[in-house]
Amino acid sequence: MKSTRISGLFERLRSEGRTGLIAYLTAGDPAPERTPSLVAALERGGADLIELGVPFSDPIADGPVIQRGVERALKAGTTLASVLEIAAEIRRRSEIPLVLFTYLNPVLKYGFEALARDAAAKGIDGCLLTDLSVEEAGRYVEMTRAQGLDTVFLAAPTSTPERLKLVAQYSSGFVYMVSRTGVTGEREKVSSSAQPLINSMRAITNLPLALGFGISRPEHAAELSGKVDAIVVGSAIVRIIEQNADSPSLETCLEAFARELRNAL
Amino acid sequence: MTISQPDDRGHFGPYGGRFVPEVLMAPLEEIEAAYAAARCDEGFQAELRDLMESYAGRPTPLYYAKRLSETLGGARIYIKREDLLHTGAHKINNCLGQALLARRMGKRRIIAETGAGQHGVATATVCALFGMECVVYMGEEDMRRQRLNVFRMRLLGANVVGVTNGSRTLKDAISEAMRDWVTNVETTHYLLGSALGAHPYPLMVRDFHSVIGTEARRQILERENRLPDAIFACVGGGSNAIGIFHPFVPDETVRLIGVEAGGRGPKLGDHAARFSGGSPGVLHGAYSYLLQDDDGQVSLTHSISAGLDYALVGPEHAWLHDQGRAEYVSVTDKEALEAAQLLSRTEGIIPALESSHAVAEAIRRAPSAKGEVYIINLSGRGDKDMDIYRENLKDLDEVDTDLRAF
Repeated sequence: MKSTRISGLFERLRSEGRTGLIAYLTAGDPAPERTPSLVAALERGGADLIELGVPFSDPIADGPVIQRGVERALKAGTTLASVLEIAAEIRRRSEIPLVLFTYLNPVLKYGFEALARDAAAKGIDGCLLTDLSVEEAGRYVEMTRAQGLDTVFLAAPTSTPERLKLVAQYSSGFVYMVSRTGVTGEREKVSSSAQPLINSMRAITNLPLALGFGISRPEHAAELSGKVDAIVVGSAIVRIIEQNADSPSLETCLEAFARELRNAL
Repeated sequence: MTISQPDDRGHFGPYGGRFVPEVLMAPLEEIEAAYAAARCDEGFQAELRDLMESYAGRPTPLYYAKRLSETLGGARIYIKREDLLHTGAHKINNCLGQALLARRMGKRRIIAETGAGQHGVATATVCALFGMECVVYMGEEDMRRQRLNVFRMRLLGANVVGVTNGSRTLKDAISEAMRDWVTNVETTHYLLGSALGAHPYPLMVRDFHSVIGTEARRQILERENRLPDAIFACVGGGSNAIGIFHPFVPDETVRLIGVEAGGRGPKLGDHAARFSGGSPGVLHGAYSYLLQDDDGQVSLTHSISAGLDYALVGPEHAWLHDQGRAEYVSVTDKEALEAAQLLSRTEGIIPALESSHAVAEAIRRAPSAKGEVYIINLSGRGDKDMDIYRENLKDLDEVDTDLRAF
């Protein structure tokens, strides 16, 4: 299989014996022109991969913090097309792997083939569509992979063994494991349902495993270090953006938070 | 002949399917399996039939609307009186079915969304009946429009949660119910109230409501010794419509007419007419006709009736539309209000604002349909809409303070 920025990252992480840090932010929050410098700050702090959230009007898998981020991004006029431009802007200065993270409908409207072509051209490395089940994903996977992009799917604590196999089969780059039932959002503790899911998934696939949902603090990172190939932090980052949107120190805050997480891994 | 059955993944032609986060996939498979078993379980079906009769009040009458028919001077119009059911609308059919199913699956906590409040009231009612915990999500804008139903739900023991996201209407209530379900899926059954959502909901909801069409078909054959020429039903998600349409789908001579909310007019955001103003897309688990903008963001909708105020139409309707088996039109807020007044004054039946849309289309066509037989599915009664009727029919409200002699 062809090496991609994503596969390259996980090879490097494995050889360094390190757990990676995946940072989510909603592209266009608080405004499209701000996103490249926020990504750069996260990268300086030690983020290994960026999930660029494409805002969708009805984000059913997201908790209040990301919902508000999505609302701000939509209000600022962010569209899938403008997120691709943001990606191109990031790509001019950085080789950090970029994954689009969104819902199916904006992608359907754009067209699978057109998106795969344009995303590849702008420097995107993979896509994750929260509400696209593997059963419905055949044509999407085919067209997205044809452009050399990875297709990441979700695995959940409720997934049956048969479903986990399907998720592994349709995923490339890595598998995104949802640590608990529920929507995105910060939690006090890492869910007890995470470890059984990690074990089940490990038994099925050699793909790198990332764990997200509820992971928001350096102590969570420390607890998960070595247990998965990467952790995903989203709401905690979006909350920092929300609270410091008008502050000149937003980038500094994001960089410091990423560094805290990275140092705990 | 049009066949209207989904494939084993819940597709009606290209529509329907299962578009939800992975967390919900296994629970949907569980509901699918439980429902498949219940469908062929005589005990389950017998209990449901008994509740439909002794508790909900089925069969509902098929009433010949003589004065309305004579006033319009054309078609003979029959009215399927779902408005006479317990809780005041057809919604109870589906709620009884799904509550029995939830009990069968061992789920004691029920969540639901509601727009007009009718589905919320029906859900709260069956939860009281079965001793289940009930949480109903309702947009704050709809809570304002349907205050009386909010109180009814609370009186029945339900916890009504106001939704303050987005447009604060049905769409946002469904999103919030789905977020609850994603979180509490182990203990909770999502009692979805329309022929929407991921498979098997559109199939299951349709089946529980198809008793409407089955009864109407038998009743019209008894009364007229023939099938009707046309059936009218309002379409929000489309549950009452698919309920009455489905048993008539193989009867090619029967025209099936779905009536959407034309709202204030044809501008995007001013209506909920998905077939004329939308294009295929995915919302809340299903692929169907959707009101959306050029970037695939779901549009805001408007209708005077909260129950029709939703951006996606049920997937089986999309399929019937594309097959040419059913026809979909829209009726404006104003036309629905006029129809409600005419039905009230000629027949003594005050319809729900949703159902008024179906009445309006039948009224429009009846004068030029001499010799034809129509059935209107009167999906709900108008009690819940008195505030909105009063707001919009101010001249009536002033009558009792007026000293004019009549």
